[in-house]
Amino acid sequence: MSGHAFAENQPDSFSFTSENEAKADGLIAKYPAGRQASAVIPLLDLAQRQHDNWLPRVAIEAVAKKLDMAPIRVLEVVTFYTMFNLKPVGKYFLQACTTTPCWLRGSDEMMKCIKDKLGLDNHGASEDGMFSLLEVECLGGCVNAPILQVNDDFYEDMDYDATAELLEALKQGKPPPVGSMKGRNMSESSAGATSLTSLRETEAAYVPRPPKPAAEAPAEAPRDGGDS
Amino acid sequence: MLKDEDRIFTNLYGWFDWGLDGARKRGDWSTTKQILSQTPEEVVELVKASGLRGRGGAGFPTGLKWSFMPKVVGDRPHYLIVNADESEPGTCKDREIMRNDPHKLVEGCLIAGYSMRACAAYIYIRGEYYNESGNLQAAIDQAYDAGLIGKNACGTGYDFDIILHRGAGAYICGEETALLESLEGKKGQPRLKPPFPAAVGLYGCPSTVNNVESIAVVPEILRRGPEWFAGLGRERNVGTKLFCISGHVNNPCNVEEEMGIPLRELIDKHAGGVIGGWDNLLAVIPGGASVRCIPKSICDDILMDFDSLMTVKSGLGTAAVIVMNKQTDIVKAIARLSYFYKHESCGQCTPCREGTGWMWRVMERLVTGEAEYEEIDALEQVTKQIEGHTICALGDAAAWPIQGLLTHFRGEVEDRIKAHKASLSNLQAVE
Repeated sequence: MSGHAFAENQPDSFSFTSENEAKADGLIAKYPAGRQASAVIPLLDLAQRQHDNWLPRVAIEAVAKKLDMAPIRVLEVVTFYTMFNLKPVGKYFLQACTTTPCWLRGSDEMMKCIKDKLGLDNHGASEDGMFSLLEVECLGGCVNAPILQVNDDFYEDMDYDATAELLEALKQGKPPPVGSMKGRNMSESSAGATSLTSLRETEAAYVPRPPKPAAEAPAEAPRDGGDS
Repeated sequence: MLKDEDRIFTNLYGWFDWGLDGARKRGDWSTTKQILSQTPEEVVELVKASGLRGRGGAGFPTGLKWSFMPKVVGDRPHYLIVNADESEPGTCKDREIMRNDPHKLVEGCLIAGYSMRACAAYIYIRGEYYNESGNLQAAIDQAYDAGLIGKNACGTGYDFDIILHRGAGAYICGEETALLESLEGKKGQPRLKPPFPAAVGLYGCPSTVNNVESIAVVPEILRRGPEWFAGLGRERNVGTKLFCISGHVNNPCNVEEEMGIPLRELIDKHAGGVIGGWDNLLAVIPGGASVRCIPKSICDDILMDFDSLMTVKSGLGTAAVIVMNKQTDIVKAIARLSYFYKHESCGQCTPCREGTGWMWRVMERLVTGEAEYEEIDALEQVTKQIEGHTICALGDAAAWPIQGLLTHFRGEVEDRIKAHKASLSNLQAVE
């Protein structure tokens, strides 16, 4: 529920590109015949991606028409889910998680840095259209907190300096690798994994336990191996 | 400590190839056809015998849940729905499964779907997990290409589709009936139960909604035998579990451990201990934001499982351990959760829609102490009036963290009011 007001400047028309039209048909085909309304979130997402990450009124109407839904039902969905934007957002749309697990790990510092470096408060946008900021609720990466989501990507283990580094890199159009800003691998302990280490050493030879005798079965096709 | 050979999620940290070749090397898909040579009832019985309880928070026995599905497919198809809308604050385990070990989930869908005679599984993944959904979709595509799912899955004659559906940012869609509404293209507002999804679920058809982890562990359980799984942990609380340890620990991480591991051991061995040492621990929220916090005195020797945490009026929930040390403003930490629930209330039931906002506003004043002593009791009473009076459990989830705070840290809340009153009277004295 990222705000229910339409943007002031609305385009006159919207239509899916032919490529996206085909994608939309593919998305609708995922659901049983007559249940095309199930594709409303996927189609809105597709429309938003096509339209600089926000949804004008005409796009909502186009999706309604495509799915044979009343436009109000589609608008209802747009305003219920936080990921749909009714107004333009920055080229780099910053979504900062400040829910308790991120807050405990210093999300205030991350927010302060965004304020210091970009002058942005929650819901703010930079004048050049490069950045906009939204404070969001739990992003589901809590052991890598705090998290700053930039468009589709999670940047993790943020603090003041890491935020400054990330923002500077974005300004230069060179987003750093996605994930931990501290170089940590995924969600393993930053002091090194405390589990699974025996597998890492022997992975090449790692063979799962044979099934129990009671569940004995003819061997499946041999594992062809070869790391892809 | 759990031995590596007893760990199910062997690619939890993404060290190895998550694709089909890598998954096969780790044992996935190795005896699927043979598992499916049993009848659906036999598969359900094996899962029941394993003692697996749902990993999404409520801990309902998974096999029993599956057995609620009709035994014959009538004119309505059956569906398996996988809840991958991981949004409970503190929880980030399904994310690792989906990006690093997606074939465990895909294979689990096939087996679970078979046991309930489903024609398809819909996996509802939260929209923010965009990159994770890429891996999962690729794994699904690989399974289709290899003939493992789709028509004649694994050469068994059983047809089964898996469809990945991305959400768009709504905590409430992790509630099973809200998820179904959302999947049907509506606002995610929970449905009244009964009817339960097993009778009337997706598109009015029999459906079962399971958490990602519950489904992903099934193939390994069936390969090794239910007695292996049931032999870990303690009675009624068996198996392994992914724990997410966040907050004030030296090394936050995810780890798979044996159910029933002592909380202190979990934190000390895997997360590098509490920042400032164990004696600097204030409280832990042991199962995701929705459960009541427990103070250090309980943390000292509590076991991490469903029944153990229930006895201290908390819960294992999603096994998301949020640690707070003595430098934490715990009133503010809980107030922030109150804001979360206010933000995420779907607005359908009055006690929750109005109550979450009311509780948050009172909590904000308790943070600064700008309140009257009587308001503490009033707040507690309101939590009781919300709890159990709403269609879904979000009302309960909003009430419990506050109840936990007032049970264990009432003194702290009172001290703030006292300090605030004192500062006011000092001010008046100066004037």
